[in-house]
Amino acid sequence: MTHAERAADFLLDEARTDWHDESLWQVRGKRDTIVHAIPEWEALRQLGSDIKDNVLSNLDTYLEQFERQATANGVTVHWAKDAAEHNRIVHSILARHRVNRIVKSKSMLTEECHLNQYLKQQGIEVIDTDLGERIIQLRKEPPSHIVMPAIHLKKEEIGQLFYEQLGTDEGASDPQYLTEAARQHLREKFLAAKAAITGVNFAVAETGGIVVCTNEGNADMGVHLAPVQIHCMGIEKVIPQAEHLGVFTRLLGRSATGQPITIYTSHHHRPKEGGEMHVVIVDNGRTEQLGREEFRNSLKCIRCGACMNTCPIYRRSGGHSYDHTIPGPIGSILSPGIDLKKHGDLAFASTLCGSCSDVCPVKIDIHDQLYKWRQMVSEEGLLPKTKTIPLAGAGTVLSHNGLYNIMGKAARVALSHAPRVLVYNGMNPWGKTRELPEVPKESFKEWYARTHKSKF
Amino acid sequence: MSSKRNILERIRANKPGPRPLPALPPDPLAGAQEQWEATFRAVLAASKTTFITTADLPSYVRGFEDKTIVSTVAGVPGNLDPHSIADPLQLAGVELAVLHARIGVAENGAMWVSESEAVHRVLPFITQHLILVVKRDDLVGTMHEAYRAIDIQETGFGVFIAGPSKTADIEQSLVIGAHGPRSLLVCLD
Ligand code: SF4
Repeated sequence: MTHAERAADFLLDEARTDWHDESLWQVRGKRDTIVHAIPEWEALRQLGSDIKDNVLSNLDTYLEQFERQATANGVTVHWAKDAAEHNRIVHSILARHRVNRIVKSKSMLTEECHLNQYLKQQGIEVIDTDLGERIIQLRKEPPSHIVMPAIHLKKEEIGQLFYEQLGTDEGASDPQYLTEAARQHLREKFLAAKAAITGVNFAVAETGGIVVCTNEGNADMGVHLAPVQIHCMGIEKVIPQAEHLGVFTRLLGRSATGQPITIYTSHHHRPKEGGEMHVVIVDNGRTEQLGREEFRNSLKCIRCGACMNTCPIYRRSGGHSYDHTIPGPIGSILSPGIDLKKHGDLAFASTLCGSCSDVCPVKIDIHDQLYKWRQMVSEEGLLPKTKTIPLAGAGTVLSHNGLYNIMGKAARVALSHAPRVLVYNGMNPWGKTRELPEVPKESFKEWYARTHKSKF
Repeated sequence: MSSKRNILERIRANKPGPRPLPALPPDPLAGAQEQWEATFRAVLAASKTTFITTADLPSYVRGFEDKTIVSTVAGVPGNLDPHSIADPLQLAGVELAVLHARIGVAENGAMWVSESEAVHRVLPFITQHLILVVKRDDLVGTMHEAYRAIDIQETGFGVFIAGPSKTADIEQSLVIGAHGPRSLLVCLD
């Protein structure tokens, strides 16, 4: 199934699509309001981008420095070249402590590695503790957004889910009531957990510490109560020094949800007394992306989600239509690098309007990269026939002046007499939701020649 | 080859040429010192935080007397000494915690609470309600200045707190009291 097909499914419910569209546009609006209150915003974005450029060009030395510092702090650092190794490392830590149930806060990396499924197979229960993540976990669904995992769901659906699985009142859908129920349900899990896993927003090379940002406080409840804490990070999360957190914490919350900063910005440097702290550094395709000159910028991403909230395609196709852990514009430039055949169509899930690049806090040239991936898809011969045949035809016509004139005339005559099926058929998805304008009797060229004859 | 070597070698082979580390600018709010307190209050109020005066603090806390109170602030009596507790699970029943915060950031209301102020890392999260006491003199303009004012590795854990815990995961409706405190009260001393 392609993105377009999955999007078509999403669009079947028009009212719901509008609602989804508006919810995200509202978040974009909040982002705009708060960003406009910072006069130096553009300079701040540039700083964020420049620091990340420096990180990419020194990634090896920063990671080594981070490991040295963290080890000196009493933290155990692990390296995983791929998802399978990451999962094995996490499992071995848990197995050593005979842990069979863990709490986990939001981590797109563990989603990417399918850690939950892996641990389940090993007999370990994983409880996602971010409210949105818990909701989709109970529904056995992947997240549809990296910051708001359950943004695609209505409160009535969540009410029904909680009624069935957490024993809340039937028909209750008040967010306050449902959140309270989740709080009670998850507090028990926090108190019982022997190990906690979190993602990492930033890892500081200079100090060997990691930073986790949340609003709910779930990451901290897990980590500080469980004797064993595990933090999983992609190699690109490292930043040089503590002072650079000043730049990124200013950018992240504002870009993500229009907040001046997340409620909690937690800095973990050493294990708690009697506890253990592990950091797992994961590659899983990132070094390959680093080697792609035109696409390496995508590694600067701080996962704020702003490009999703603003994207007219994401807003009207939903996160699940991307069929990739990271959806939206950033997902569409990361996923083709992982599997061009499977995800190449995502490069076309864009209008190339450039809104994503405009809001990106680290100035990733997202829409340019989408365009470049399109060229790669075409070069690799992976374009579907609905695109190659018309494009080949258009190429011939557009490169021959005489042919262009003839074809134009032919089209004007043909289109006004042609049966609808010629335009509105399966080969032409463009016709699905659009009507052609009325066909003019003459071309601009003809009109110009006729009305401006005297001047020639 | 170990995965570490494998990853580092691949990075070396694939990374771009050198790019300089930019110098950070001075605090953009450095010149507007007299507005810091007003900004700090306004931002925190917007994230559902309320304020209390130093004078009103003791009597407010006494209102929680029949519940478990932890206080590390002089003149504000608690009824559970956090230093007497070995296992953080024993803090599960805390209703109110009154703690110092090291600095406050005007632009976003964030307050730095390190392990020394929290005593137990989980305390500012597990308590049902939280009061933070921060000195007016310890306000700074923006996060740039904040990170210059603190040493993030001085203790094993430290956190910026900028409001009561919250979520908007159900239809974007703001709900206060997700997993952490249901309320945050700030006392500017
Ligand atoms: S690409 Fe930019 S806008 Fe999109 S999630 Fe990453 S940092 Fe945010």
